[in-house]
Amino acid sequence: MAETDVRAIRWAQEGLRALRDGLAVVGLSLVNVPLLVLTVVALVLSPLPVAGPAALHGVTALVRRRTDLQRRLAARAGVPIRRPYRPMPPRGLTGWARFRWIVTDPATWRDVAWLVPGTVTGIVLGLLSLALPLYGLQGLTLLPLWLYLGTDWYGYGVFWPIETVGEGWLSAPQGVVFLAVGLAVAPWLRWVDAQFARLFLAPTRAAELRLRVTRLTETRADTVDAQAAELRRIERDLHDGAQARLVSLGMTIGLAEELVERDPAAARKLLAEARESSTTALVELRHLVRGIHPPVLAERGLDGAVRALALSLPVPTTVDSDVSGRAETPVESAAYFAVAEALTNVARHSGARRAWVSLRHAEQTLVLTVGDDGAGNADPEGGTGLRGIERRLAAFDGTMTLSSPPGGPTVVTMELPCVLSSPKTSPSSGTD
Amino acid sequence: MRVVIAEDLALLRDGLTRLLEAFDFEVVAAVDNGPALLPALIEYRPDVAVVDVRLPPTFTDEGLQAAIAARTEVPGLPILVLSQHVEPLYARELLTDRKGGVGYLLKDRVANVGQFVDAVRRVAGGGTAMDPEVVSQLLARSEPLAVLTGREREVLGQMAEGRSNAAIAAKLFITEKAISKHINNIFTKLDLPPSEDDNRRVLAVLTYLNS
Repeated sequence: MAETDVRAIRWAQEGLRALRDGLAVVGLSLVNVPLLVLTVVALVLSPLPVAGPAALHGVTALVRRRTDLQRRLAARAGVPIRRPYRPMPPRGLTGWARFRWIVTDPATWRDVAWLVPGTVTGIVLGLLSLALPLYGLQGLTLLPLWLYLGTDWYGYGVFWPIETVGEGWLSAPQGVVFLAVGLAVAPWLRWVDAQFARLFLAPTRAAELRLRVTRLTETRADTVDAQAAELRRIERDLHDGAQARLVSLGMTIGLAEELVERDPAAARKLLAEARESSTTALVELRHLVRGIHPPVLAERGLDGAVRALALSLPVPTTVDSDVSGRAETPVESAAYFAVAEALTNVARHSGARRAWVSLRHAEQTLVLTVGDDGAGNADPEGGTGLRGIERRLAAFDGTMTLSSPPGGPTVVTMELPCVLSSPKTSPSSGTD
Repeated sequence: MRVVIAEDLALLRDGLTRLLEAFDFEVVAAVDNGPALLPALIEYRPDVAVVDVRLPPTFTDEGLQAAIAARTEVPGLPILVLSQHVEPLYARELLTDRKGGVGYLLKDRVANVGQFVDAVRRVAGGGTAMDPEVVSQLLARSEPLAVLTGREREVLGQMAEGRSNAAIAAKLFITEKAISKHINNIFTKLDLPPSEDDNRRVLAVLTYLNS
């Protein structure tokens, strides 16, 4: 019962939001024509020495702001449209070079081409989505009845004209139907409008590839940086850890050797110290290995490794996983370290009393979520941790999103496209 | 004998202090970072300094740089550099002032306590103590030393490590007299003018490192 209520409320909310967006689109569409006029004027003026290119640049910026709004509306209707523009070179452009950057980008012209058809579909579909519910409201308020009583000649829905007071009253239930249908159709109309906008405003195949190249260049540089930093860390850990322990071990044993005749008691103490030192060296090596590739990850995969990690945390952490297969080793490793980094942040900064991890695999995407009930207010720019996660995942086209309002809770969601191999048969199934 | 130690890891710093004190050295200062090393060396003017190549804050070759800087302030200040890996390049940089009192050893060598303490004393006395690892890396490519015979090169390598004639003789299973003869040949072939024997040895080693 409660569930149907919730569904009905959500349905109505969705319809109302679509109506609001429809209204916004009608309003925005009115701007398109002036924008087109401005563009034409700017193009005509563009041969002018300085003002020409500057005017074109300004107008293009306006047009792009308008199309960006349209893309956002489309995304709300469930049709994400990516920005197709060529990236501006990092050092910026001036004068002639900027002019070329604008006019040689096909996306500029596709935007302009959209302006007029976009106005037509925007206004037609927008008004259509508004008209039905408004008509419904009209019936609901019994406006037709009063009009009938006043003018003798008015109709509503199936009764045209209204001939009796009874038919007048019947406009109310009809109004309900019109309103309901209007609310139901509105999101769909938004979707159609968004699909139409996509024809013009989405990147072409070539632009798509170009954007991808830009992105790959960025992530590759990040990956190389991250790897270099990682190697440096390993070198440092070995230098200050195991290597130093072994030197100290040698020194202690050497000193014990010197003392064994003169002062056997002192020599014995040194040897005990040496034994302890060798144990510590092993522990440090083990930690280091875990930092490079945790053995449990190799043996049990992501699911097992994250469970093992959760057990070792100071904050009680529950793990909920439906990931049974194995991903490619590098992807698995990236996923593990991303989760580990997020959990380290929880333990270090959040002050949380409990944390949870969820691992899900659906539609060839691994979705890793780490949440806690701590103080929130985590800032991805603040530390290296969250940026590190982003970089680690970006190497495999993964993404990270963070929700951390002040007062918590903090939820880090990481998505990683990957295919899982079929799960290994577990020992208990007896088929192995 | 007064010593200054520079080592960032407390474990090794304490170990070195304990070891040297057990052999009647007086550790006048033990610093744990690069910037503190140079003032300490100039203030205490120790008989010898034992310095780790890599020190904070940069964790690069701070120790080596401080040692070289100290030797321009206090010429001939004996310095024994320790490291977890050896580079002939660093050894050469240490010896560019053509004065003795320089050692460059792998940290591993401290395990052989007796030999390590000998090396510290030798450096304090103005001799050299080059790690066998450095020497063997150089032996692998020594065309400029082509004028020397194989045996002479071997003797020169032993000299670089800091061995006395007697020790070289024992190591190579030949008489001390033969060693003297080889060494004189080396000096002549490398064109080293007659002077105090120790300094000639350092110069020979330097030629060797620059080969």
